[in-house]
Amino acid sequence: MSHSNNKTEQVLRSAGVDVRKCMRCGKCTATCPAFEEMEYHPHQFVYMVEKGEVEKLAASKSIFKCLSCFACVDRCPRGVEPAKVIEAVRVAVVREQGKNHFKPEQIPAMLEEDMPQQLFASAFRKYSK
Amino acid sequence: MQRIGVFVCHCGTNIAGTVDVKAVAEALGREAGVVFSTDYQYMCSESGQQLMRGAIREHKLTGVVVCSCSPRMHENTFRKAAELEGLNPYMVEIANIREHVSWIHKDMKEATEKAIILGRAAIAKVHLNQPLQAGESPVTKRALVIGGGIAGIQTALDIAEAGFEVDIVEKSPTIGGKMAQLDKTFPTLDCAACILTPKMVDAAQHEKIKIFSFSEVEAVQGYVGNFRAKIRRKARFVDEDKCTGCGLCTEKCPQKKVPNEFNMGLDNRRAIYIPFAQAVPKVATIDPNYCTMLKSGKCGLCAKICGTGAIDYKQQDQIIEREYGAIVAATGFNPIDAKAYNEYGYATYPDVVTSLELERLMNAAGPTNGTLLRPSDNEHPHKIVFVQCVGSRCEEERGKQYCSKICCMYTAKHAMLIREKYPDTEVYVFYIDVRTPGKNFDEFYRRAVEQYGVHYIKGMVGKVTQNGKQLRVQASDLLAGEQMHIDADLVVLATAIEPDKSARSIATMLTASMDTNDFFTEAHPKLRPVESPTAGIFLSGVCQGPKDIPETVSQASACAAKVIGVLAKDKLTCNPCVASSDEMLCNGCSSCEKVCPYGAISYSDKEFRGPNRTTLIRRVASVNPAVCQGCGACTVACPSGAMDLKGFTNKQIMAEVDAICK
Repeated sequence: MSHSNNKTEQVLRSAGVDVRKCMRCGKCTATCPAFEEMEYHPHQFVYMVEKGEVEKLAASKSIFKCLSCFACVDRCPRGVEPAKVIEAVRVAVVREQGKNHFKPEQIPAMLEEDMPQQLFASAFRKYSK
Repeated sequence: MQRIGVFVCHCGTNIAGTVDVKAVAEALGREAGVVFSTDYQYMCSESGQQLMRGAIREHKLTGVVVCSCSPRMHENTFRKAAELEGLNPYMVEIANIREHVSWIHKDMKEATEKAIILGRAAIAKVHLNQPLQAGESPVTKRALVIGGGIAGIQTALDIAEAGFEVDIVEKSPTIGGKMAQLDKTFPTLDCAACILTPKMVDAAQHEKIKIFSFSEVEAVQGYVGNFRAKIRRKARFVDEDKCTGCGLCTEKCPQKKVPNEFNMGLDNRRAIYIPFAQAVPKVATIDPNYCTMLKSGKCGLCAKICGTGAIDYKQQDQIIEREYGAIVAATGFNPIDAKAYNEYGYATYPDVVTSLELERLMNAAGPTNGTLLRPSDNEHPHKIVFVQCVGSRCEEERGKQYCSKICCMYTAKHAMLIREKYPDTEVYVFYIDVRTPGKNFDEFYRRAVEQYGVHYIKGMVGKVTQNGKQLRVQASDLLAGEQMHIDADLVVLATAIEPDKSARSIATMLTASMDTNDFFTEAHPKLRPVESPTAGIFLSGVCQGPKDIPETVSQASACAAKVIGVLAKDKLTCNPCVASSDEMLCNGCSSCEKVCPYGAISYSDKEFRGPNRTTLIRRVASVNPAVCQGCGACTVACPSGAMDLKGFTNKQIMAEVDAICK
């Protein structure tokens, strides 16, 4: 399996997940509440990233159908954390589109008292170059 | 000055591939005291040993250094060869240039340099070696088997058949263990009780076997050949000699609400009980946590109806002391608590059961008399889902990293038995891998699929929820790329197995080592699989690692053979590398006594000559060489340098360090 292409490496690095730990049990997919909506399922994300097939995943709508509920992360017996892999593919796509969805000067207007500051920090990281 | 011979082994290419053995032999040949130095392809071979023996004769060697593999492999070989030439075996030293050099280094120049340095250290040590004489100790010709499951029973029977006495200590009221709870056994589907109970009876009737049921080992002292164990015989409030096992008391006892552990809590027993019909010994036991008489002094019904006057509410725990030559750990296993797997709803839904509970639900002596009824409403389940690897192969805190080995096979067994008895029942098995190595095992599993139509689905169950009277099982079918939703009547969890909780404290008591999963460690995983690294301690059954019944029985017999090997000897040769204290240096501080893990050191007051013809009384340490295992803890603890280890004296070790740092 090649990890040669850059995008795979970027996904692996930003996910911080060791996909080789997966023992192909499919519990992630068994537990996924968004299964019907997704073309590629959690175990396929893990398997295809390991095979270096990130492009197919990146082109699929599945990355935006994942609810980030982390049920797969919670129940994976090997600690693979599939949701983090999906998130990493999603981030790679969003960044590649090159749009800055956020500008720093927009942020003060968005601030609300109840909203955790962390949310802004992570959204900013995700949606701007 | 010693006359030392150096022998450098190639070990084929194991050493010679990385170490320039000729250069090592040449360099070490120049060391002071070395009168002969050579290299050879296989020193451990017969001709290699002949080479060494010839050199001892010819060059009148007084010491030998073999640069080869770990001393754990061949130290004994070379010592014996030297002894045949009249050289004291303890004048032979090994420099480990395989495990410590060739196997772990790649650069030949550096590896060769290191091999020479290790050889020099061994030479420096031999210069200070003293001939040592091994002593002898007697052997108590009786074995102790801790645990009375199939492993313990088989080991005990085999030892007894060889003519030696055996005690089985079992903590529950009967022997039989987990196998007694099983319904049928794979791959032949014979009934567990039918093949186990004759063995239980054999053990009970054997004149060489003594069964201490409802008893626990509390303390063990001593060493191989001479162990002394304290056994607590817990009060069962029934006189074992008087009770006939008629069972009248267990029928009349008014306290009916005690969870029946033999049936995995699926039904209730009385406060006075006999675990099952074929229990050995067939003696009643009173559960003090539930007995009204013991708790409040009111009742006493069992004593009134007992025809033999066996009930004794005043019975106390008894401690007995017995001596043994060898001890067998056969402490067995338990399924893990499935409650930790919240997603399967074990704690919430009564119709989610473990495989061992299913065994009881299918057993003719179980709570449903062998009719498969689901616990919630006593109805026949028509759709059953089996979940494999619950807690096995799991890296989370709640699970076990290892494969529990038996679940694939017993699940195939369950599925097959259910399809056989209730053909209208649909059975699904969710698996990650089906692991069936073993004689007739894969054929057995294929029969479940091909002949009995069990649906094997590659995938896992994600969650189990309630759906009316049924359980909604959400799972993945990885080969079809689908998510499945099955409405099942019963869900069976193949829970991982773990060593019994008592194993850890027993291992501590026996100074036997364990792995991180609390399985006992064997002395060598391939070549000494039934012995613990601690001399005289042997391993039988699942306490060493997951096993099925055929494997357990073979291992139990292998273990018995090793025990017989010890008991058959009249004397055991002791290790002469033991600690000894120099009384003139000892300051009586007790530091060594405190660190000694074997209780080998004692203190006494001794008379010494003082100045001007006076007499001084001083408290000094002395070591019992038969008990000392030569671990060296005392030599490190001793602040005055009085304690030294023969064969590994402080001077010898410093000489080695000096040689390395030169």
